[in-house]
Amino acid sequence: MKSDDSPPHPDRPAGAVRLEGLAKSFDGRVRAVDGVDLEIGEGEFFAMLGPSGSGKTTVLRMIAGFERPTAGRVLLGGVDVTALPPFDRDVNTVFQDYALFPHMTIEQNVGYGLMVRRVPKAERAERVRAALAMVRLEGFERRRPAQLSGGQRQRVALARALVNRPKVLLLDEPLGALDLKLRHEMQAELKRIQREVGITFVFVTHDQDEALTMSDRVAVFNAGRIEQVGSPAEVYEHPATAFVAGFVGTSNLLDGAAAEQVVGETGLFSVRPEKIRIAHPDDPAGPDELSATGRVAEVVYAGGHTRFLVDLEAGGRLTAVRQNLDEGSADVLRHRGTDVVLAWQRKHTVRVGP
Amino acid sequence: MAPPPTAARPLRRAASVLHRRAGLRLALLLSAPMAWLVLAYLGSLAVLLLSAFWAVDDFTYDVERVWNTANFSTVLTEPVYRAIALRTLGIAVAVTVIDAVVAFPMAFYMARVARPRTRKLLVVAVLTPLWASYLVKAYAWRVIFSQGGVLDWLVGPLGLSSPGYGTTAVIVVLAYLWLPYMILPVYSGLENLPANLLDASADLGASAGRTFRSVVLPQVLPSVFAGSVFTFSLSLGDYVTVRIVGGKTQVLGTAIADNVTLNLPLAAALSCVPVVLIVGYLLAVRRTGALESL
Ligand SMILES: Nc1ncnc2c1ncn2[C@@H]1O[C@H](COP(=O)(O)OP(=O)(O)OP(=O)(O)O)[C@@H](O)[C@H]1O
Ligand SMILES: [Mg+2]
Repeated sequence: MKSDDSPPHPDRPAGAVRLEGLAKSFDGRVRAVDGVDLEIGEGEFFAMLGPSGSGKTTVLRMIAGFERPTAGRVLLGGVDVTALPPFDRDVNTVFQDYALFPHMTIEQNVGYGLMVRRVPKAERAERVRAALAMVRLEGFERRRPAQLSGGQRQRVALARALVNRPKVLLLDEPLGALDLKLRHEMQAELKRIQREVGITFVFVTHDQDEALTMSDRVAVFNAGRIEQVGSPAEVYEHPATAFVAGFVGTSNLLDGAAAEQVVGETGLFSVRPEKIRIAHPDDPAGPDELSATGRVAEVVYAGGHTRFLVDLEAGGRLTAVRQNLDEGSADVLRHRGTDVVLAWQRKHTVRVGP
Repeated sequence: MAPPPTAARPLRRAASVLHRRAGLRLALLLSAPMAWLVLAYLGSLAVLLLSAFWAVDDFTYDVERVWNTANFSTVLTEPVYRAIALRTLGIAVAVTVIDAVVAFPMAFYMARVARPRTRKLLVVAVLTPLWASYLVKAYAWRVIFSQGGVLDWLVGPLGLSSPGYGTTAVIVVLAYLWLPYMILPVYSGLENLPANLLDASADLGASAGRTFRSVVLPQVLPSVFAGSVFTFSLSLGDYVTVRIVGGKTQVLGTAIADNVTLNLPLAAALSCVPVVLIVGYLLAVRRTGALESL
């Protein structure tokens, strides 16, 4: 694993969640989670990002207590809870499909955790009211889950978890079932709520934009392992591995002969498409710049910007992105087949692991 | 519209008529089963109800078609018949409760604990007794309950003995016979219960018992009621098992059977009792929404 070994942030007390050598195999064969070490700070908005089947849900379920790890430990607030059942852990979960109780009203759903913990009736009613107000669902108390829209159900699930004031809130792709517009609204809503309540959010997603825009830190999962942990900027600007470079943002890798010729070193290098300047073949590269000549193989017009896929003379292909400042689609498409020079700052060339 | 060339052939023409007339199609499709239901079932029920209002000649035992309600007043006022009706009702309730209590853990294990392979085997195991003859099973139980039989031999070391033939034996055997009818609906109800509801309940702090009471039971109760419709009505109507293991126990079924040859109108009036009980039970069950899960 190539994660940063520094503590999450100097100003945050560490240790809301701590995973040590966590592993899980199903039926003794499938290694769904394969040795995960992780420390999540108090009050952090932490995202777990990774492709389908990379083990994110399984890690979350082990933190919640639904799944027993095959090896390793789970610590919450410094206390080992590996052997504790879900109902003895101070965490709550927002499930991907919400898992609302269909036979209960919204009020009963949200109040369920408090009722189970024998919170007095008056206090329970007050807290349920406050939780529903926080997710902006006043007036829905008497309805049943089947009578709500997807976005409203999502809010109920959130209120039902938050009303218990857990130390850690686990969210498994909570926005996955929503359409794009609602999704963006709920992203902002979730950020606002997290700031208001100040508890640790552990957020699973396979949407890289969601992870980058919402979280304080991101862990990138691949095949049951964490490839990299860091702030969104760190993960994006300095991907530790080829996988991270490809999964977070567009993959732009130089290796073998191309790396030697363009970068002047052997190894595997990544450079982000928007860092690359497309220049005329006669333009000289700047003193701190690396450059590569090539021919535009493909031009992809995407409204606000255009992607240029350039085949390098040294071998390999790079993608460069340019904002469509004053060009329309007809203008940019003319560039197909022309010879260009790609140039970028040396500091934007990042050496990545295999 | 010009007729298509193939319309000349009679079968095609019939088919195209049927295609255009949904009502006719439906009528043809349903006429056979409907005739069967209306004639064989509703018809015989009507005759039954009718004959309950007739009388019987005291000497010749011939049925006389004179209108009277004496049979019903006999059934309602005669203490013997009231005791029999109550006993039958008690047996049906006891069988239903026992089946519900026994079926639940079994169905829960099948639906939520067992692996898929085991689950299939268990479903088959639950269904297999239904393939064996009802009589064979009842006589097998007769042997089990007999004096010095298997049950005596089993519980003998504990200082107990078989209850012998009687009401207890009837309840045990009926509960055994109708158990699959309870397990299957409860099993399918539990299987349809989303697993993450159980996770969510535990996540919110509920112990297993609490989750059972607050999440599982309310959602599976309609399935239990659906199963109880079978166990309850089958128990009310049974008389063969009672004859085989009931000893001197009288239930509505045996009372009806005893009267059929001597006093048909009285037997008919008696058989209205389980019909009324079952209709009442169905109406009560319908309010729980259980009939939708049948
Ligand atoms: N109960 C189970 N039994 C067997 N295999 C399982 C089980 N749960 C998960 N797996 C396997 O473990 C691996 C990781 O699954 P997991 O659900 O954690 O992935 P994920 O990262 O959450 O994916 P997604 O983004 O699709 O939700 C997958 O290969 C999956 O098939
Ligand atoms: Mg998942």
